[in-house]
Parts: sequence; C-alpha cells; structure tokens
Amino acid sequence: MTLDIVQMVLVTVLTAATPLILAAIGELVAERSGVLNLGVEGMMIFGAAVGFAVAMQTGSTLTGALGGAGAGLLLSALFAILTVGLAANQVASGLSLTILGLGLSGLVGANYVGVKRDPAPHLAIPGLTDLPGIGQLVFGQDAFVYVAVALVGAVSVFLWRTRAGLTLRAIGDDHVATHALGLKVRRVRVLSVLFGGACAGLGGAYLSLAYTPFWAPGMTAGRGWIALALVVFASWRPLRVAAGALLFGGATVLQLHAQAAGLGLPGQLLSALPYLATILALVLLSLGQRGGGSLAPAALGRVFTPSR
Amino acid sequence: MRLDLVPRTVRSPLLDILAPTLAFVAAVLIGGVAVAALGVSPADAFETYFVTPLSEVWSLQEIALKAAPLALVATGLAFCYRANLWNIGAEGQFVVGGLAGGWVGVAAHGAEGFTVWILPAMLIVGTLAGTAYAMIPAILKVRLGVSEILTSLMLVYVAQLLLDYMVRGPLRDPAGYNFPQSVGFDAAARLPYLMEGESLHAGVLVALLAVVLATVVLARTLFGFEVRVVGASPRAARFAGFSDARLTLAVFAISGGAAGLAGISEVAGRIGQLQPEISPGYGFTAIIVAFLGRLSPPGILVAAIVIALTTIGGEGAQIDLRLPLDLTRAFQGLLLGLVLGADVLARYHVRIVPGGPTGRPAT
Repeated sequence: MTLDIVQMVLVTVLTAATPLILAAIGELVAERSGVLNLGVEGMMIFGAAVGFAVAMQTGSTLTGALGGAGAGLLLSALFAILTVGLAANQVASGLSLTILGLGLSGLVGANYVGVKRDPAPHLAIPGLTDLPGIGQLVFGQDAFVYVAVALVGAVSVFLWRTRAGLTLRAIGDDHVATHALGLKVRRVRVLSVLFGGACAGLGGAYLSLAYTPFWAPGMTAGRGWIALALVVFASWRPLRVAAGALLFGGATVLQLHAQAAGLGLPGQLLSALPYLATILALVLLSLGQRGGGSLAPAALGRVFTPSR
Repeated sequence: MRLDLVPRTVRSPLLDILAPTLAFVAAVLIGGVAVAALGVSPADAFETYFVTPLSEVWSLQEIALKAAPLALVATGLAFCYRANLWNIGAEGQFVVGGLAGGWVGVAAHGAEGFTVWILPAMLIVGTLAGTAYAMIPAILKVRLGVSEILTSLMLVYVAQLLLDYMVRGPLRDPAGYNFPQSVGFDAAARLPYLMEGESLHAGVLVALLAVVLATVVLARTLFGFEVRVVGASPRAARFAGFSDARLTLAVFAISGGAAGLAGISEVAGRIGQLQPEISPGYGFTAIIVAFLGRLSPPGILVAAIVIALTTIGGEGAQIDLRLPLDLTRAFQGLLLGLVLGADVLARYHVRIVPGGPTGRPAT
C-alpha cells in the first residue's frame, strides 16, 4: 500500500519534471554551441498554444506535439537569424523572443480558452503496467515522458561520444579557433539553436496536451526561465539537467501538497518557493565551485563575426 | 552565397537614427499583414493604433501617463545595459517600490495637521526599496558570480507574490468588504494633478526630470564615462582601473531606484491605493523601450512615447476593431527583434559574397 503511495508521488514528480527536462535539454545543446537563448519561456508558451490548437484541429495528440515543436522551431529560427546571422545581442534578442512568443501564444490560443480535451494517452502494457510499486512509474507514462528521458540519453551520448558532439562543444568554447580550423561555426550554431527551439516547443506542448490538459494564457508560469536556470545549475551536463529537473519537480509537488494541506503558511509564500529555490540553487552552486573557475562554455553569449 | 559582416570603424549618426526607424516601418508593415489575416482592414487598424490616440486630449494624456513610467524605468535600465549588465527584473523592482512607498501612504492614512512630508517620504521609500531589491542580484553577481539575469527575473515573481500577500493580508482595508485592496490614499499622499479636472499628474514631470538628469550624467560625468567604457571595451576599462564590482552595484542601484520610483509614482499617481496588480508589465516593456531608444535617454523618451502610443492604440483597437491585446504585445516583441536586427546596418558593413562558404566566386 505505502509502495503505491510512494509510486504515486514519484509519478507526479516525473510529470512535473518532464517539461523542464525537455526545455532544458534543448537549451543545453544551444548553450554548449555558444549561443545563449533567453527566449525559452516564449518558445515554450508558443509551443503550448500551437500544440493545443493543432491537436484540436486534427484531433491527434501526435500532430499537436509536432505542431508545438514546430512552433518553437519557428521562433528559434528568428532568433538564429538575429544572433548568428546578424550578430545581434543575444540577451536582448532572447528577451524579444519571449515577448513575441507570449503575444503570439495569446493570439493563437484566444479561441481555445476554457476548451478541454483528453490528455495524451498513457502507455499500458498488460502485466507490466500493473506491477505493484513500479509498473505505473516505468510502464505507464505518456509518450512525452519517454521522449524526454530518451533525449537526455541521446544528447549525453551525442555530446561526449560522437565527433559531431565534440565539434559542437569545441565551437562553444572557442569560435575563433574552430573557425580557423575550417569548422562551420555558424551552421552548427543555427542547428543547435533550432534543436533547442523544437525541444522548448515540445516542452510547452506537453503542458497543454498532457500536463493540464487545456490551454490557458501564461500557463508556462516561468518554467522556461527555470529551465534556463537548470542548465546553469547542471553545469551544462545532460544527466545533471535531468536530476535537477526531478528535484524541481519534487519541489513543485511538495508545494502543491503543502498548499492543499493548509499548513497555515500563506499560499503566496508557497507559490514563491520554486523561484526562491532556483535562486538558492544558483547561490549554492557558485559557493560550491568558488575558485574552480566557470564551467560555462567559454564563448557563451559572445558575438561571432567570421573574418574570412 | 555568404553573408559577411565587417565592423564599421566610424559609426554614422544618420544610420543610428535610420536603423530603428526602418525597423519600426518594417514592424508596422508586418503588423498590417497580421491585421489583414485577422480580417480587419490594415488602414483602419493603422488609424486606430497610431492616429486616433493622438487626436484627443484625454488619449494624449493617457499616452503621457503610460510613457512616463516606461521612460523612467528604461532610463535606469540603460545604465545597466550600457555596462553589459542584464537587470531584467525591473518589473519586480517596480512592484517592490510601489509596495514599500504605498505602505507609507497606508500608514499615514488619516494623519492630520502637518502632512507635507507624506508624499516625499513615499517617493523616497519607494526609490530606496527598488534599489534595495535590485541589490540582491547585484550583490550575488559581485560576490558569488551568480547570473544576474536569472536571479533578477526570479525575483519578479517573488515581488508580485509579496504584493499579492500584503494586499490580501496585512495591508487590506479593514472596511473594504474583503476586497483585496488597501485604503485609498489621502490627498496628501497623492501626486498632484497638473491640470484641474484632468488625469495628467506630476509623475510625468518626475520621469522627464530623470531623463534630463540621465542624459547629463551619461554624457558629462566621469561615472557616465565609466559606464560607457565598460560597455564598449571591458578590457580597456580594467586597464583604466575602473572597478567592475563598484560599477555593477552602482548601475543596479540606479536601475532599481528608477524602477522603484516609477512604481511608487504609479501607485501615488494613477492608482491611489495598493492593489494586487499595480503594473501592466511596465518593467518588461521598458526593456523594449530601452533598446528601441538605443540606450540613450533622449532616444528612450521618444521610444517610450511610441510604445505608449501603440499600447493606447491597442486598447482602442480591442474595443473598436475587436483586435486582441496580445497583438500589441506580439508587435512590440517583433519590433524589438527588428530593431536589434537593423542595428547590424549601423554597426557593420553588410557584404553579400557570392560563392560557397569558402569564398570561392561562383563561376
């Protein structure tokens, strides 16, 4: 019996962590290539709106998810043109993307406020899913969760076990040297940014198609920013991103339960916990690595203009 | 084909003005297409957004009232952004300034006799509270190297929740039928109106003063010079012996104070009491304004008026043409993106080189 309760808690933690994992793993790849895209929040919410709209129109969760990823991809393409192509300031461009995404999501989602649809189907394997204590957790999730987990593994292998991954990391550390070696700095960066955009859009689509499952304006509620913080928190390592996301998922669930239990604490304080926890995590992290130097990709956020 | 960007050695003042203007025209054209896609005549929409608000006294006042906090906050942010420091939490500093200053107004409610001190006290407390709140990301940055971008942004959510708690809890008007709002401020706690029977209040003058002051400080003082040098060339600044830490704290203090002052001006001006929401996103819109104004105070003033115009126009379009308010937000985001893109024209010679990425001419 208690085993089932533990499992239930773990399942909610995993579902709360999934959008963060998706968005953060994409941003990690972009940042590893040296591009800081602060527009995660905008790409996520646009993905949530478009994903829901497409799913309503086609009646298919899969096309909805693809639509969400495509929406994120589209916004990140704008960002890539600005920052990689035209050497615009990455911080400011990322902010413009967030504002644009919030506005566009409102336009797309306007007709769908208050509309509900069935959440994304969950895996059900007779025998396995019913296993006590573990079946639901391992064999009973929706496709988004499995994709998120697979992406973490795939990105980890790609970045550290393939030549292309090595190239990407090298470009993120020194774009002048890699350019001199004849590596395609701008092409790699554009592709990395696009991957990040698609992942953020997918993370947003997860929110509106599986997590809640409906569209509400501003429904990402800062998750894109928390995903950005997670990448820093994880020292730009995929497995740590997953671990960090689970930690934050746990904090979110804890906060919801505390709110329901009515501990006499003001609800606003509990709602502020994820944001305060993010700050605290960043502070602890930098306390831990004092003197060790920064772990960030060395060229992160720097403008690159090839000189022949 | 390949796109080459060659940095300009001399910046042309004409291009510096032309680039954002072109960006604005492009944004208007794209906006026109979007409006047409929503089934509204672009000509009608243009008139509602950009002409109608300029043709009536009350809407001109509304533009001034919206432009004032935007200009004030953006002017403060310009110091940060010029020094390559990214305070994106001005919204939080705005809210905390409004809350702290408003608290004084609530506490002084019903005071009799000598009441001249109330309004100045509110403005000072609001400014200091905004500065103090901006010190959190600044000190974390200076002491521990924590990214100021993320901490300042996270603190926005915290500030909004804090205001919500205070207005529903300790500062709620006991005679207010449980509405989440404080008592209405006394007249001595309100910014005076500039004209009898109109809505324009003294907060507009405060913002104008700040813009003038900032122009002088940036152009004519050693501190302003430091800010500009650090932004343009951090290495040169280090050789000159400018302290990174001191400058970081200073520009965060300025931007936080400006946001806090804007917050309390809004509370003591237009609103007149504390309520769960005191800002329609001024702190975020000000980021657009700062860049649209090319981080120079006079430019920011113009940009603030333009953005305020689109906002008021957007409200009119929502009522008259049933165009959603989100269209305005999308337009503003697009505008910022285009301004940043157009900046390339001012900073680089853009050369399109035919041939492959290796630079071989196409034959």
